[in-house]
Amino acid sequence: MITSSPLWSVLVVPVLLAAFSAVAVTADALLAARAAGRRVSPTVLAAPLAEVPRLLAAQRRTTLAPDSLLWRLGLATVPVAGVLSAVVIPFGQVTASRMSVGVVWFNAMEVLTWAGLWMAGWGPNSVLSLVGGYRFVAQGLAYELPLMFALISAAAGAQSLDVAGIASAQSRLWFVVWMPAAFAVYLASVYAFSVLGPFGYPAGRDLAGGVLAELSGPDRLVLQAGRWLLLTAGAAMAVPLFLGGGAGPLLPAWAWSAVKTVAVLILLVWGRRRLPVIRADRYAELAWVVLIPLAIAQALAVALVVLMTGGTP
Amino acid sequence: MTSVVFGVLAPLAVLSGFGVFRFNSMARATFALLISFLASGGLLIWLGLAYLGTVVILMMVMEMVIMAVFMVAYMMNPAGLMPMSMVHNRRSSLAISVAAFALLAAGIFVTPWPHRAGAPPRDATFALGEALMGPQMLTMITLGFTLFATMVGAVVLATHRGRYDRFGDDLKRRPPADPARGGVGQ
Amino acid sequence: MLQLFLLLASALFAIGLYGALSQQSIVMIMMGLELMLNGVTVAAGAFWHYLAPASVAGQVIVVVVVVAMAAEMAMGFAVTTAIFRARDVDMADMAADLKR
Repeated sequence: MITSSPLWSVLVVPVLLAAFSAVAVTADALLAARAAGRRVSPTVLAAPLAEVPRLLAAQRRTTLAPDSLLWRLGLATVPVAGVLSAVVIPFGQVTASRMSVGVVWFNAMEVLTWAGLWMAGWGPNSVLSLVGGYRFVAQGLAYELPLMFALISAAAGAQSLDVAGIASAQSRLWFVVWMPAAFAVYLASVYAFSVLGPFGYPAGRDLAGGVLAELSGPDRLVLQAGRWLLLTAGAAMAVPLFLGGGAGPLLPAWAWSAVKTVAVLILLVWGRRRLPVIRADRYAELAWVVLIPLAIAQALAVALVVLMTGGTP
Repeated sequence: MTSVVFGVLAPLAVLSGFGVFRFNSMARATFALLISFLASGGLLIWLGLAYLGTVVILMMVMEMVIMAVFMVAYMMNPAGLMPMSMVHNRRSSLAISVAAFALLAAGIFVTPWPHRAGAPPRDATFALGEALMGPQMLTMITLGFTLFATMVGAVVLATHRGRYDRFGDDLKRRPPADPARGGVGQ
Repeated sequence: MLQLFLLLASALFAIGLYGALSQQSIVMIMMGLELMLNGVTVAAGAFWHYLAPASVAGQVIVVVVVVAMAAEMAMGFAVTTAIFRARDVDMADMAADLKR
């Protein structure tokens, strides 16, 4: 049984999330080095983590007449959204906060990135950041509804909005087997709300970094860390939603949670290097005309299965 | 504990509500409104309406970001770099709103409120869902039609290009002439 | 406690009313309307909790008010866009066509 933990366990969530993000960032460095033909050595693998003290000590950039309040607030919102969305994710048999509406909470916290990235784009009073922020809003309108329907499919399959309940409803068959469209849409949305991989358009190289363009020093660290924390939170949430939570033979539940999270993270990091960046204006039509009907049809199929079998298959 | 949550969130909601009309910067005004909504969503969660409070937070963040986009698009002074005052009938509207508040407050303290009838259900979200699918199905249908009418009406009002602009005078041009080619070729 | 919640709701309603009456720009008027509906939401939640928690009517009122907020915002922006396209203004005073 998944139990809720005392209040201080909420402080463990950012630490765990940071640890998994470090794994993801190291895997990304490994794949980058192999793709560039460099020899993989411990220095290469530790390079992205060595960026952390460098960025903390680097000088912060200021622009002319920025809206500093909104700028800093927006930057800080991104990692906070990642951490807050992860408090409902069960790790093995424990969860920091067992909310009865955990899925909706996860959705609400990742939507905070909308506010955060728009403010981060608006704050520095700079054209390229502003364009990056607006690109994110366009991308957000496109990915949000398919993501909501994918989450609804998983919740409908388990007849519960509680993440722990969804994890334990997969004891006979994992949801990824009979809800593949929802899983694919969910993974695409994880890329979208963490602005990485094929949906890295708001931070694209054609905009000199977009929302990252005017950032340096601790600001840049906060936004980069926020992106990777969001990716990790999304990957960690995929485990109880679609991959059965902590279930598995031999190992204890927390070990299975960790293994599955790392597997999804490696898949996402690999996909980041393989898939091209999609432009938000081309993706918007695809999302509204193809993905939303697909996600609704998936939710309908799940609902029919649940009604016919009187529970999960 | 109970009063602490209320004592933090309620003044936050009211002060940020004030801030909406005091900030010079339109972007800050929009996010002040967002903070007010987040505070009332938090109050709803604390009252036991977990699903409704979280849905309020979810929807209001999205709505306020969209409102910020429209704010910046249509308003003259989005960053507040020039102080300007865009109000009319300031004194009379202040008088009306103060009078309304006074009337409501008087009513609140004078009314003999009844006692609590019953206890909350074990799962309020489930009770809401069951009701909307059962006894309150008429409400559900009305909300569905309202939202559908809103979607159609909003698109019809806001678009400035119709079928003939996209497909040509004989409706035969494929692909359609759009400023940005979509991803599906529709 | 109910009275405190209702006072909060009235305060939000009054601030929203001030904004809706005094602002010139249509978008700011809409923000006033949103504040008013925010007050109604808090009041409905408080009524549900303190007076009739066993009945589901309070929750349904909150759902209806939230849907009304969304619909009002969508239609308000659509109308603003249409007026802006036609006349390049966004002030309520310039949209007095229905006035005699």
